[in-house]
Amino acid sequence: MNIPTGWQVDIGLEIHAQLSTEAKIFSGASTTFGNAPNSQACAIDLGMPGVLPKVNAAAYEKAVRFGLGVSGTINRESRFDRKNYFYPDLPKGYQITQMDLPIVVGGHVTISNEDGTQKVIHITRAHLEEDAGKSIHDFKPTQTGVDLNRAGTPLLEIVSEPDLKNASEAVAYAKAIHHLLTYLDVCDGNMAEGSLRFDANISVRRVDAEALGVRSEIKNLNSFRFLEQAIHYEIERQIDTLSAGGVLAQDTRLFDPEKLETRAMRSKETATDYRYFPEPDLLPVKIDESFIDRIKASMPELSGTRASRFETSLGLPTADAQLLAGDRSLGDYFEQLATLSGQPRLAANWVKGDILSRLREQDLNISECAVSPEAMAELLALTVENVVSGKTAKAVFAALWEGDAISASTYVKEHGLEQVSDTSAIEPLVTELLREHPKQADDLKAGKSKLMGFFVGKVMQATSGTANPQQVNEILRAKLGL
Amino acid sequence: MNLRSATIAELRAHLDQRKLSAVELTDYYFERIDRHEPTINAYVTQLRETARSAAVKADKIIAAGQATALTGIPIAEKDLFCIEGTKTTSGSKMLADFEAPYTATVSEKLANAGAVTLGKTNMDEFAMGSSNESSYFGPVKNPWDTSRVPGGSSGGSAAAVAAGLCVASTGTDTGGSIRQPAALCGLTGLKPTYGRVSRWGMIAFASSLDQAGPMTRSAKDAAIMLEHMAGFDPRDSTCLTEAVPRYSQHLDQPIKGLRIGVCEAFFETALDATVATQIREALSILESLGATLIDVSLPHMTASLGAYYVIAPAECSANLARFDGIRYGYRCEDPQNLQDLYTRSRAEGFGQEVKKRILVGTFALSAGYYDAFYGRAQKVRRLIKQDFVEAFSQVDVIAGPTTPTPAFGLGEKAKNSVDMYLQDVFTIAASLAGVPAMSIPAGLVSGLPIGLQLIGNYLDEATLLNVAHQFQQTTDWHTLTAPEAP
Repeated sequence: MNIPTGWQVDIGLEIHAQLSTEAKIFSGASTTFGNAPNSQACAIDLGMPGVLPKVNAAAYEKAVRFGLGVSGTINRESRFDRKNYFYPDLPKGYQITQMDLPIVVGGHVTISNEDGTQKVIHITRAHLEEDAGKSIHDFKPTQTGVDLNRAGTPLLEIVSEPDLKNASEAVAYAKAIHHLLTYLDVCDGNMAEGSLRFDANISVRRVDAEALGVRSEIKNLNSFRFLEQAIHYEIERQIDTLSAGGVLAQDTRLFDPEKLETRAMRSKETATDYRYFPEPDLLPVKIDESFIDRIKASMPELSGTRASRFETSLGLPTADAQLLAGDRSLGDYFEQLATLSGQPRLAANWVKGDILSRLREQDLNISECAVSPEAMAELLALTVENVVSGKTAKAVFAALWEGDAISASTYVKEHGLEQVSDTSAIEPLVTELLREHPKQADDLKAGKSKLMGFFVGKVMQATSGTANPQQVNEILRAKLGL
Repeated sequence: MNLRSATIAELRAHLDQRKLSAVELTDYYFERIDRHEPTINAYVTQLRETARSAAVKADKIIAAGQATALTGIPIAEKDLFCIEGTKTTSGSKMLADFEAPYTATVSEKLANAGAVTLGKTNMDEFAMGSSNESSYFGPVKNPWDTSRVPGGSSGGSAAAVAAGLCVASTGTDTGGSIRQPAALCGLTGLKPTYGRVSRWGMIAFASSLDQAGPMTRSAKDAAIMLEHMAGFDPRDSTCLTEAVPRYSQHLDQPIKGLRIGVCEAFFETALDATVATQIREALSILESLGATLIDVSLPHMTASLGAYYVIAPAECSANLARFDGIRYGYRCEDPQNLQDLYTRSRAEGFGQEVKKRILVGTFALSAGYYDAFYGRAQKVRRLIKQDFVEAFSQVDVIAGPTTPTPAFGLGEKAKNSVDMYLQDVFTIAASLAGVPAMSIPAGLVSGLPIGLQLIGNYLDEATLLNVAHQFQQTTDWHTLTAPEAP
């Protein structure tokens, strides 16, 4: 969708990411998805009287990882606040969140636009909070059920500046955050299980207007597609309203994915007053330098940095470098193989070729790859040393993948697949063939170089493919004085 | 030994020498409960069966020579400490049938030490009140004069000890809820440093102020109880990690040379003249024990009541939001929709005082009012803390009255909130600052007990208890017993 001439759009995203911790943020209960309703809600999650929250350090660690990943400032002292409102799936009648002193302040990510240009998107803040439970309305016709399994799941709310100028930038930014969260092992990124949810703040203004327009907040978008569709609809609605001389009211809206439209949920006037105040049950969290240093040390190299390193110091083409560095485990696999084999480019070709296509075929992740980097390195060594031909190598890889072979070299030996590079074995064969096909030999000598393939093919046939074709070539040339 | 007024320390000797069994002692107290409870109304729940089995177990432990200071001692617990398998009501209709599936750390520690819990005591609803008249389970009577209030909110815990319906009890203090009823019932009551005792399992009123402590017949008993109640608890993030001193081992130290601060502001405001005279006399007794009286000023004390009545309601408005009729507690009949369920469950489940404070707190936190109320109250709180830090650079303990008057009549202040709130005018400052403070019997005014308040420096409960014990070595007001109720 193109923005109509004369208008500009400002979009800021609030991304709620569920942190991939084993336990909830303020209780020891499990965060596993999909268990029987209320089976993993303990007294703290249920908001029983007399219970107290206790901060799960693992959630803090994940938030700090994200903060370092976007080059944000980690607040050495952060604090929790209570956000008060009544809802059946909010057991305490307040949500514990961070208002004035969030864990992460500032930061940025770079997105690539469709035209290849890059753009820096600024992050305002990222704060920790607890998720609410779930109201189940289709449980009984006249009743609503409440499942508190999700209550207390740690969330990181990542708030961007209104730097995004259209839907595709918003989606690119959302994907960049999704990628970073999973790359840093902060969030499992599983959209279907609600691990990532978006609120989009959208406003439009005339290109010459200095101040931002009146914004609408579209709540709870749970896929990149809905995010895009909702923004499209909302831009159109706002511009249409203003163009027709109408006035926009600041409001909160919901997106209907079936009708592809947004509907007002509440206006600014009727907005809830959340009455934030510091959570008295928790002390401010002070982080010392050693905690941050420890996390820094455990941080993986970010994919952008890694890709340029693959390019400059390992000599990979840009596209290969980006592909392999884009996924942390894939990059790890490649790097291990490159180191073990000492052949980065060959390793890259194998990983992006045979290995990735096998994985895709069977819908597997690189961590489930049937052939270890060690086994692959052994196979690569055989090709580099000309022990097997490229074609044989593919067959050996297939055997390794299927589990028919455990070691490439043993398999090659047992099946007699070594290339015959011994001239004394090939020379008589070549002499014999030239004698059997004198016409072709003469034509080849006269410059019909296509016939080289004819003789090489014959030798390969005679040796069941174990001859080194390069060597056959050389012997032929020597014999014919080419 | 007179069992009616015996202290923990005295009973310990008798139990250990097998002159008396824990079962006999428990039976003795239940007989007294049978006789006097209909008048006093100190208990919401009596735990006869569990108390008896705890006593049987205590006797075995005593026989094995493994008794702690509390093994076999009959105590009572304020009904906001959750104890698994018992009802915990917090004095409210909202929780009249509530049974927690967990036990408060304080209750667990006391039970592990072998104390025998006779029951859960009556209290102002959700600990909001200074007379015990806001309880859903009816007012508690002051054993010294049953037409008068015992104070609150730990009124049941105070009356139970004063009427001889248990030896010691637990209370909680948010703005004076241990010290004021202790003063009005002639007991020793101690509010420890904020964070000294775990709040896990204690139904919250105002989280940043709530602190549990003992109510006893002597400073020595308070020391023994506190030793078993205090200590770090990983389940409470605000709990302090410092090791718990053996308070009962530091009581005999002479207080010669101790610097006791006297703040004249305590004597200028609402203080009854007769009470003032009595308190001055108590101060001169401390002087005669070798302590030096030094004038100190707490310049922001006058603002403490106002700050407290913003901060405590603000916190309670959030703490009590969980009582929504959905997961546990009172639910209105036949709700028509969600709004109706919320509105009627809370309107019917909470009493007047609680509703009033929720409204005040909600208002104080509202957008546009936050800075003027909550923000400013927090500033006052910081200034009051600063006052104490400065005062304790000059003195070891601050002494003064606990309450402006002795016990007042039932219904006398119930209609005027401000009159009622003034009961805590001397106790609130220590709560806001988080410093430890206690009340000890300092004589009778018109036949009613009054209390001397001792305020200590952070984590210096040991000095408070030491001063209180020394005072009790030369006075006998703490040994006076209330007349037997009819």
